[in-house]
Amino acid sequence: MVSSIEVRDLRRTYGDVIAVDGISFEVKEGEIFGLVGPNGAGKTTAVECMEGLRRPTSGQVRLLGLDPSRERLRVAERIGVQLQESALPPRLRVAEALALFGSFYRLPSNVDDLLDLLGLTEKRSAPFAKLSGGQKQRLFIALALVNRPEVVFFDELTTGLDPQARRSMWDLVRSIRDLGCTVVLTTHYMEEAERLCDRVMIVDRGRIVALDTPEALIGSLNVNRRIVFGLPEGQDAASLARLPAVSRIEQSDERVIVYGHGNHFAGSVVNAMEDAGLPFTDLRTVQPNLEDVFLLLTGREIRE
Amino acid sequence: MTHRSTTGPRTFGHRDGPVTARALVSLVVVNLRLYVREPIGAFFTLAFPVMLVLIFGAIFGNQPEDMFDGRGSMDISMPAYTALILGSVGLLGVAINTSSYREAGILRRFRMTPLRPLVYIAADVIANLIMTLVGMAGVVVVGWLLYRVQFEGRALSVFLAVVLSGIAMFSVGYLIAGLAPNARAAQVIGMVVLYPMLFMSGAGMPLEVMPDSVQTISAYLPLTYVVKLLRGLWFGEAWGSLLLETGVLVGVFVICTAIAVRLFRWE
Repeated sequence: MVSSIEVRDLRRTYGDVIAVDGISFEVKEGEIFGLVGPNGAGKTTAVECMEGLRRPTSGQVRLLGLDPSRERLRVAERIGVQLQESALPPRLRVAEALALFGSFYRLPSNVDDLLDLLGLTEKRSAPFAKLSGGQKQRLFIALALVNRPEVVFFDELTTGLDPQARRSMWDLVRSIRDLGCTVVLTTHYMEEAERLCDRVMIVDRGRIVALDTPEALIGSLNVNRRIVFGLPEGQDAASLARLPAVSRIEQSDERVIVYGHGNHFAGSVVNAMEDAGLPFTDLRTVQPNLEDVFLLLTGREIRE
Repeated sequence: MTHRSTTGPRTFGHRDGPVTARALVSLVVVNLRLYVREPIGAFFTLAFPVMLVLIFGAIFGNQPEDMFDGRGSMDISMPAYTALILGSVGLLGVAINTSSYREAGILRRFRMTPLRPLVYIAADVIANLIMTLVGMAGVVVVGWLLYRVQFEGRALSVFLAVVLSGIAMFSVGYLIAGLAPNARAAQVIGMVVLYPMLFMSGAGMPLEVMPDSVQTISAYLPLTYVVKLLRGLWFGEAWGSLLLETGVLVGVFVICTAIAVRLFRWE
């Protein structure tokens, strides 16, 4: 597998503050690569070093074989960037913006195709200031694609979107990848990273805490699965702790959470309860997710 | 413009000339469109100077005056109002536009592209010069229709003087944008610098009608030299007799550009 981006011992400090503290990783061609971590973890700095907007304090970045901080314009020609905080002139119209930004590149995309892909055809003559938040977001994605980029960077793409809009944005990102782009995205939504990314790099305090596929991260780290059910007062679930698959039990009021692992975890708990005649209700199993992985690795919730 | 040469001149660095030219042209066209869509900017460049011709023409007429070497008040107002347009475009338009684009994150978006900063600024300057020339044409057409104002110089010389004065005044605007922390501040600085200068440079009112003290101050104002250069060339003086004016404007351009480049920031 060819690497689109190679980062070696990247370090970036601002005065005494260490934003990125010696990280190394590779982004493979054609994958959706996610940087996740809380605000201030160093995601943005790392991305800006890849885009050539910041010079690393030390370490090396290669993007498509180029050094972004020395060959910024060559890199800019071949990457697309969607920014969290940016704007266009208020009276600039949608189609004009795409034609204008396209003119900065050697091989601009067709404006009508982009409008179609992003569902903005009806808004082609609308001025930027009159667009809704979601429409502006889609226009910025279109601008990121205007040069048929080989690598696209999305920064907190779905922040502020409702769940439905977020899901359609995920579909869009997948279709962009299917066009042949490598996608690098930052997010602090763990669910987004888990559902969308081929590989996820968890960053905390400038360091890489974990880097793998979401499935491997969840599977390998021995994160507990959970079974949640209701149990009338007076009934005691403590006997379940004897099961080998069970690691811990929390019981409060009429609600029980059993933590455990292994393929037979859920079955053995249910069987044991039926054998013991425990009248459980509303039983459901909760799969571990990246949120749990992050908690396990850092001891903190991602959103504090 | 899809046909691209990879062996073209390297004047534009690694980028192909055709792409740079295409970027420049589309930016100029977009800037002109935005200019016309922005009522306040269009008013100050296009409508306000014509209003001045109508108002001051009605008050003073265009009778020959000894103090204007036998020319009328409207005759000498043609180059003066051109200077007024250049001053307001540079000190208000450029300063406010650049700093508000920075504040809103618009420059940040441009920065992500391979567009060179110099091309961005060149497009801005060209669009502003075109708008200035259009505003100037409005003044001259109205002046000629109502007062048969005289033009005794060479059009090319006046055009070159407008370009030189333009880049000098616009460089002051970029300097203000670099100094100002935000768009609001840029607007205040621009107004504080521009408005007194309009009255004391001869752009708004002829210096001949001003007291000596104002004429003394005027020697320190860049816009004064724009007025003098344009007026001299308008009435047929040679560049050779306007070396001081030319030199001052070149100096303003060089110094302000040098500082503005250092202060310039995308975000």
